[in-house]
Amino acid sequence: MTAAAPATMPGQPRRAWLPYLAAAAGLVSGLLALWAFGVDALDRAFSAGGGSLDWVDGLAPIAALLGAVAALLAPALGFALMAAAALAGVVSSIFGGLAGQAALITLAVPSGVGAVFSLVGGAEERAARENRPLGHIPSALRDSAFAAIVALALFGPLVGLRTTAGTAENLTILYRWGQVAIFVGIVFAGRLLLHLFVWRTGQAKRVAGPRAPRVTRTIPFAGYISGALLLALGIALPIFMINFYPDNGRYVVEVGILVLTYVMLGWGLNIVVGLAGLLDLGYVAFYGIGAYSYALLAAHFGFTFWLCLPLAGILAAFWGMILGFPVLRLRGDYLAIVTLAFGEIIRIVLRNWQSLTGGPNGLLNIPRPSFFGLLEFKNGGEGSFADFFGLQYSPVQRVIFLYYLILGLALVTNIVTLRIRRLPIGRAWEALREDEIACRSLGINTTNTKLTAFAIGAMFGGFAGAFFATRQGSISPESFNFVESATILAIVVLGGLGSQTGVVIASIVMIGGVELLRQLSELKVLFGEDFDPAQFRLLIFGLVMVAIMLWRPRGLVSTRRPSVFLGKGKSVSGAFVKEGHG
Amino acid sequence: MSRWQTDPILTIEHLSMRFGGLVAVDDLGFSAGRGDITALIGPNGAGKTTVFNCITGFYKPTSGRIALAHEPSAFERLAAATESGRRIAAGGSLFLLERMPEYEIAQKARVARTFQNIRLFGGMTVLENLMVAQHNRLMVASGFTVGGIFGLSAYRAGNRAAIDKASYWLDRMGLLDRADDAAAELPYGAQRRLEIARAMCIDPILLCLDEPAAGLNPRETGELGDILRMIRDEHALSILLIEHDMQVVMDISDHIVVLDYGRKISDGTALAVRTDPKVIAAYLGVAEEEEAAVIAELEG
Repeated sequence: MTAAAPATMPGQPRRAWLPYLAAAAGLVSGLLALWAFGVDALDRAFSAGGGSLDWVDGLAPIAALLGAVAALLAPALGFALMAAAALAGVVSSIFGGLAGQAALITLAVPSGVGAVFSLVGGAEERAARENRPLGHIPSALRDSAFAAIVALALFGPLVGLRTTAGTAENLTILYRWGQVAIFVGIVFAGRLLLHLFVWRTGQAKRVAGPRAPRVTRTIPFAGYISGALLLALGIALPIFMINFYPDNGRYVVEVGILVLTYVMLGWGLNIVVGLAGLLDLGYVAFYGIGAYSYALLAAHFGFTFWLCLPLAGILAAFWGMILGFPVLRLRGDYLAIVTLAFGEIIRIVLRNWQSLTGGPNGLLNIPRPSFFGLLEFKNGGEGSFADFFGLQYSPVQRVIFLYYLILGLALVTNIVTLRIRRLPIGRAWEALREDEIACRSLGINTTNTKLTAFAIGAMFGGFAGAFFATRQGSISPESFNFVESATILAIVVLGGLGSQTGVVIASIVMIGGVELLRQLSELKVLFGEDFDPAQFRLLIFGLVMVAIMLWRPRGLVSTRRPSVFLGKGKSVSGAFVKEGHG
Repeated sequence: MSRWQTDPILTIEHLSMRFGGLVAVDDLGFSAGRGDITALIGPNGAGKTTVFNCITGFYKPTSGRIALAHEPSAFERLAAATESGRRIAAGGSLFLLERMPEYEIAQKARVARTFQNIRLFGGMTVLENLMVAQHNRLMVASGFTVGGIFGLSAYRAGNRAAIDKASYWLDRMGLLDRADDAAAELPYGAQRRLEIARAMCIDPILLCLDEPAAGLNPRETGELGDILRMIRDEHALSILLIEHDMQVVMDISDHIVVLDYGRKISDGTALAVRTDPKVIAAYLGVAEEEEAAVIAELEG
């Protein structure tokens, strides 16, 4: 190894305050532990030392003693090491880095462990002396420590080790134990806080499982308000952003377009998965079919976007039926697997049919949309948008137009879906999800009903695909891989099956949130200069999913709004609504 | 002559249903009279529900004919066609159920059914359950969705009529105040009544009830008898019923068919069946050596 230290070496001045923070925390926790329990424990340990001390009895005070000592010593040791690091830093940045990291570990780990031991040991000691069972806090600490160990095992290899290209073009491993410590600390603290403030009254953990279903209740007015607010926000966003943030307003509007595309796709898939209860893992195929339909029709026949939009929808619906036929008899897992395969087939065909689709390179130079076929978005000249309205040309105009276009398309999807829910076909979809055999006994042709669900869901996917193609200007098969299907499905599931508002919220969180993550340069202060939040988006994705499934197992909006009322409208608790079984 | 012989609505001839080696229904034949309440009884595993599933199209019978006639004259046509040996063209008011898929049996032949283990749309409201049952009529009213999306008045009128029909049945079943509650939220007895109301919303000619009194308390069982009689008398309907509660069966049935091991062992009025030694033997059992004697005596 040469003296040229990597720029990302830990222990740089920028993060130098971190060990101090850890040291301070360790100091405080050690003192707290001593103050709370440790004095008793020490007292007992010393007094018992002369008497009959069997080791089980003595274990708690000894643990407490050791913990307290460790908690007090660790910061001191840490400070010493840091001083050494600072000194060594002058001599060699490598040694300095290593020493700094060592200091961080020496601080974080023993002081944390020591604090935990002293707290637990002291409490056990006190509980033993007062002849009562161990209380809430020690068990909470134990549980949190266990969670922290699990987190350590998880994050250790995931976050702690990172391979990078070394100086001699070889792979070297970059150790990031500091970040591991931070993650583990977050898990420990979070678990402890949950124990202290959320899972009250001594039960260490809330028993997972179905809660008693709540009785149907009147639809909250807030339900309507939130929809109206979201719509108002959607309409106002580009106007607001472009006027007040001319610098990065365009970026926000682009993100808005992306979010709205996923909202539309989520609403389309919601018909198939949320209403009809048919688990479709290959929805992105219809998105791809819509995109390629537009690109090919425009390239070969010179059709405009406004002509291709309905054609793309119709073609996607047609393919939805083609998929529908073979899977009619399948249910549940089998249906999911076949739809997954269908999605992959479409993608692979697009990639390999070189002569038609351009293969992996995809199709380029897809015509951009015009202003409803009347005006072009170009720089000046006859028939341009800017010229006609007497505006200064700006590329933002097209972006804003695309934004309102996808907003309009998404709203059409929403309005049609909401209307269909109140029509017999929509009720039949929901009935199909609830009980297919009962449907057949009532004279409902389940074949046609399923095919309609597939076709209409696919149609909206096709519309969104045509929009995607015209927005991008170029498409390739890799835009339509399984991860896209999974994302759309995750949006539908997290939002709450069958809920329109839920899809919007989930899209904003999942798509907008990830984009936001890219922008959070503030996190670099905490996690180091080499920390790229966007790299963690799948991890965060997963965490969000786990969290939502734990706290809201039926999605964000789990109640179902009935399609028809006799008296006052009430919403149906999600506990009664079935997910369907394919 | 009884009504099920002179004026049947449903005739089953030589019906057999095999599942692999198991013969669930074996060469069964019986008729159900127009406007009668016909009960199908028998010990567990006698094949009653299998017969129901064959009638309503959920099973395709291995062999046999199940004919339903909306008009009495249709059976004469059927008899003539059988005599001539030509293939029978179903149509008009004659339906050969063994040839039809289950949704057409409900939609065209207008045979409604309920299930032994209640099958409601639990996450939908009580009213929605009854609206789903009127699917086919509403599909036409909504112009197969296209007209409905654009809010044509025909659909609004059709929707209004469907709600009125649903309200009528909810009122008759004493469920009107629960109309906007989730079906799964109702107590068990109310769910049974809702399932009957839902079946009635398809305007059936023949209503098949699979153990409607199962799990009901004595008061609810009494009410069920009244409801069934009311339905039959006010709505020109025939009812086919599987039931284990002999009180209900004896009280309301005009005609009882007894099955055992997939064969018919007795057929007649409540009084005739109750005193039939074969039925007593099937239900109470007889010692094996006596059984042969009983059968010999009966057949001899």
